[in-house]
Amino acid sequence: MEILVCIKQVPDAKDVRLDPETNTLAREGVQSIMNPYDRHALEEGVRIREQLGGQVTALSMGPPQAEEVLREAIACGADRGVLVSDRAFAGSDTWATSYTLAMAARTLGTFDLVLCGKQAIDGDTAQVGPGLACRLNMSYATCVQKTREVDKEAIVVERMMDDGYDVLRLPLPALLTVVKDINEPRVPSLKGKMKAKKARITTLSADDIGAVPEHIGLAGSPTQVVKVFTPKPRGDRMIFSGTAEEQVEQLLEQLEPYL
Amino acid sequence: MDYFLTEEQQMIVETAWEITREKIIPQRAELDEKNEFATSILEDIARADLFGIFIPEEYGGFGGGCFEIVLALEQLARGCVGVATSFAASALGIFPVLIAGSSEMKEKYLPDIAEGKRWAAFGLTEANAGSDASGIQTTAVEDGDFWVLNGTKQWITNGGEAHVYTIVALTDPQKGARGASIFVVEDGDPGFSYGKKEDKMGIRSSATRELILRDCRIPKDRMVGRRGTGFITVMKTLDISRPGIASLGVGLAQAALDEAVTYAKQRVQFGKPIISFQAIQHMLADMATELEAARALVYGAARHIDAHPKQMSKVSSMCKVFATDMAMKVTTDAVQVLGGYGYMKEYPVEKMMRDAKILQIYEGTNQIQRNVIGQELNKEYSR
Repeated sequence: MEILVCIKQVPDAKDVRLDPETNTLAREGVQSIMNPYDRHALEEGVRIREQLGGQVTALSMGPPQAEEVLREAIACGADRGVLVSDRAFAGSDTWATSYTLAMAARTLGTFDLVLCGKQAIDGDTAQVGPGLACRLNMSYATCVQKTREVDKEAIVVERMMDDGYDVLRLPLPALLTVVKDINEPRVPSLKGKMKAKKARITTLSADDIGAVPEHIGLAGSPTQVVKVFTPKPRGDRMIFSGTAEEQVEQLLEQLEPYL
Repeated sequence: MDYFLTEEQQMIVETAWEITREKIIPQRAELDEKNEFATSILEDIARADLFGIFIPEEYGGFGGGCFEIVLALEQLARGCVGVATSFAASALGIFPVLIAGSSEMKEKYLPDIAEGKRWAAFGLTEANAGSDASGIQTTAVEDGDFWVLNGTKQWITNGGEAHVYTIVALTDPQKGARGASIFVVEDGDPGFSYGKKEDKMGIRSSATRELILRDCRIPKDRMVGRRGTGFITVMKTLDISRPGIASLGVGLAQAALDEAVTYAKQRVQFGKPIISFQAIQHMLADMATELEAARALVYGAARHIDAHPKQMSKVSSMCKVFATDMAMKVTTDAVQVLGGYGYMKEYPVEKMMRDAKILQIYEGTNQIQRNVIGQELNKEYSR
């Protein structure tokens, strides 16, 4: 089975601060990590390969230093890592990103299963997975919390919902975005680390994947980030605690003067 | 301090630390309270290839030596000495095979050990033979194509959890020091069973049981090395395993120091964080200095041993006695720095203090270590 796992290198959320003067993310001294949801996607891919055989390819769109997370992916069980990197990708929103990843995936071959994390912890949009599935013409499910069965024809999964979960059967090829509940990722093994150290990471440019310039980077992005700011607190807040009855009592007390 | 580790040694440190951070630290308090063996954590350690660190490459291992084991054990001990002891005891259990086993025996056992599929344990101690190992009474008698073992081993780490046991038994009781041999007994061998699990002061995530051999029948090829070389192999085994125990002391003391300094910076009394007071600073300074001295001695001893010198007993015993006495002192001081909070189970340091005590007792009490050092000094100056 040919499995593709899309991973992103992101700043470590707990270290991120807003630079108060420019109102942009202060990136100096901030560690870069593999997006946590993608780590779970990778683990699931490796488990499925262990079950059915095949190959796990880790793919990332990013600057040259994103090679680090691809090596980490190999240490965690991926068979190979591919980086698609080009200055022309700068400023990409999720539309341009899913285009770029789809072109890269097609360049690499055909895949039976594509796995992504639910969302990246820096963008938080959760759009790239579904976007990629549509571009690759694959059935997809998001927020997958468990893989029940998988074979060459189809995959049966549990999709997390607010009030429980749905059980879905997707014919292959399919794409899944996963949540953290799906598995406990393994610690990278010594042999994995050694393999990662020696591995050659393939790098693909915009030309290598046949990307059309109008569809990539800033030019290919219908949405743009205009401003990032910390919202000012909107005044005093109160938190009510106790039983539902007690909280309603307290709320009514507060609302009384306004009724 | 920089110890100039190679890239591969650094990988071992990172891998072991990641297990400690992700798997051991979140579970250690519960395992301690419930006296529960850390099966799933040992499986994580196996998956990370750490069981194979010291196994030669031809048997599927990493080909590392004493120093590599020391590095891994130090990081695991920062999490929990009980878990780290279980790992160390498996290494101890298989060392006799590595040191004295035939190539057929190595071929049979080492690959599974390297993968962490099977764990080992070392069976020497008996009720009447602790420090005086020569006082063992377990016997092994030839019977056709078999050896028949009878006796009881006491306080065996990994007892009941391991699959492969190296048992020291008397093959020729009248021959004294040449009278013992080592045998591999496997879980499931006829006549081999386990006693109750001990309820210990510390290292409670490690399983300690009696091993009971009642007409335990094993094939002839289970003898490790030549008949009568048992005690020699035991001594060689302990020489290379003692730095591992020392390194448990280093990792444990590091964890205790980390807790103490972090707390002293946060705890405000008399209007200041208590780390501003000299009494606390001096305690922390002494803890940190002795810890670093122990670490340097352990690393030095391990590297010395990996160079296969003629003499290693003195250096091996020195690092064990120094690092474990240090760990007892540092963990006790850590409880003191945390004061009332340090005494409460909610905080990790009381467990660290309870865990430290055994380090001064097992793998040769610190009194025996001093005997060894004294005797070696005597020999050295006679040459």
